[in-house]
Amino acid sequence: MFPFRFTKAADERAALAAGSDGGRYIAGGTTLIDLMRETVERPSVVVDITGLPYTNIDIDATGVRVGALVRMTDLAAHPQVSAQYPLISQALRLSASPQLRNMATIGGNIMQRPRCLYFRDVSAGCNRRNPGSGCPAIDGDNRAHAILGASQRCVATHPSDLAVALVALDALVHLRSGQGERKVPIAAFFRQPGDTPDQEHDLRPGELIVAVEVPAGAYTRRSGYLKVRDRQSYEFALASAAVALDIGNGVINAARVAAGGVATVPWRLPAVEQALTGKTPSPQLWAAAAAHAADGATPLSDNAFKVELVKRTVARQLATIAEGAV
Amino acid sequence: MNHGSDDSTGFRLNRRTFVGATAVVGGVAAVGPLLSCSTPAEDAETSIAVTINGQKHTVAVDNRTSLLDMLRERLHLTGTKKGCNQGACGACTVLLNGRRVNSCLTLAVMHQGAEITTIEGLASGDALHPLQQAFIDQDAFQCGYCTSGQIVSGVGCIAEKHTGSAAEIREWMSGNICRCGAYTNIVTAIEQSAQAT
Repeated sequence: MFPFRFTKAADERAALAAGSDGGRYIAGGTTLIDLMRETVERPSVVVDITGLPYTNIDIDATGVRVGALVRMTDLAAHPQVSAQYPLISQALRLSASPQLRNMATIGGNIMQRPRCLYFRDVSAGCNRRNPGSGCPAIDGDNRAHAILGASQRCVATHPSDLAVALVALDALVHLRSGQGERKVPIAAFFRQPGDTPDQEHDLRPGELIVAVEVPAGAYTRRSGYLKVRDRQSYEFALASAAVALDIGNGVINAARVAAGGVATVPWRLPAVEQALTGKTPSPQLWAAAAAHAADGATPLSDNAFKVELVKRTVARQLATIAEGAV
Repeated sequence: MNHGSDDSTGFRLNRRTFVGATAVVGGVAAVGPLLSCSTPAEDAETSIAVTINGQKHTVAVDNRTSLLDMLRERLHLTGTKKGCNQGACGACTVLLNGRRVNSCLTLAVMHQGAEITTIEGLASGDALHPLQQAFIDQDAFQCGYCTSGQIVSGVGCIAEKHTGSAAEIREWMSGNICRCGAYTNIVTAIEQSAQAT
């Protein structure tokens, strides 16, 4: 780890001043410290923001607003969130380990960096870590990599489960800087790698994530997350499905579906949603809709299995979520 | 037990001296190129006050020091183990303000005023913590390297009330890896201790 100056921000103004001066924000630290130790991240100033007041979970008829510094454990265990937004609780509980969930924050969760082995290995090329140095994963060990949203520059998957749930539920990211506050739809917050994989999100220098807002919807109560991985717990997804359905009078009024573990960003599935909307639930419908889950996929040498896997993951989760309403 | 401890302490010191020397060589190599950068030495160190196992400590630490390294290298509380040093194994689990965390993935300087419980703080004098006793009763370890992390994590798991079934314990203990594969008895030990609580 390289040396750095450390400051603990006394308030938001101090944090934004230090951040706009090039300081790197730290909260849970579970991604940043790991990557600093690997010298993938080399901040010269680290700004501890854990003293800032972004720790509330506010829930009412319009939606839920989660402070960026809420720990994963606390959002997952929130009784009203579990009842009204089970997709969010489930995505969190299927993430990481109890210890890590006690540390990691909601803001930091969506800022996680790729788990690609080449990204984490400073002796390897990586366009995301060192633009122009190449992507060894494209012709290398790419079993865990993306089949959707990739480019010739980068094929790393996005690691967050929560972000997949948030993309499905049309969350807004609340950002604050010296210029004021703005809200960005979370799907626009994440950037596909394209020609600039080092630019991972729509976050300006020094800007802070202060909250994530999830709007209410008739579909949020009937929702959930399915995660498929190499071991049953404490592992990243090979494929995952976030599903929320509004079913009334035997018809699907609204569907929200997204996939994780298969794309460079949390991957919304509008073609699957379209195939469900207005239809009568049935086992045939789940298979027919989920057949679109890998539309546009470009598998690599070792991950073609993900094409079928993500379709089956989405189909199974559609059936699970619709259970009792069919 | 007391007769053996002198020998084992001697062995530990030798091994630790070797490991320390290796780390210093690596540190010099890494820091060398940075001497040209303007990072004033006084800014690279911070003094922190923490309460560990009920005892107050004030330590000046390099900003880079993990909570784990502070415990082991500065305060000589070596019961907390360094396994992977990247948050993948749970050997370094401690209770931070009552909640179980991976001490390798947090900086000591972030914990001014914190209350920390390590494996050394679980027993009351010579009376073992019920979960420590349960690990002995159930033979819940083989090599023992992961054991202190398993026990501290298990204390957290029981406090969180995630002990309703063996399956629930397995899920909520998934952050602690045991390469000897003592999981069956670890789960039984946690069940035993949870039932007694």
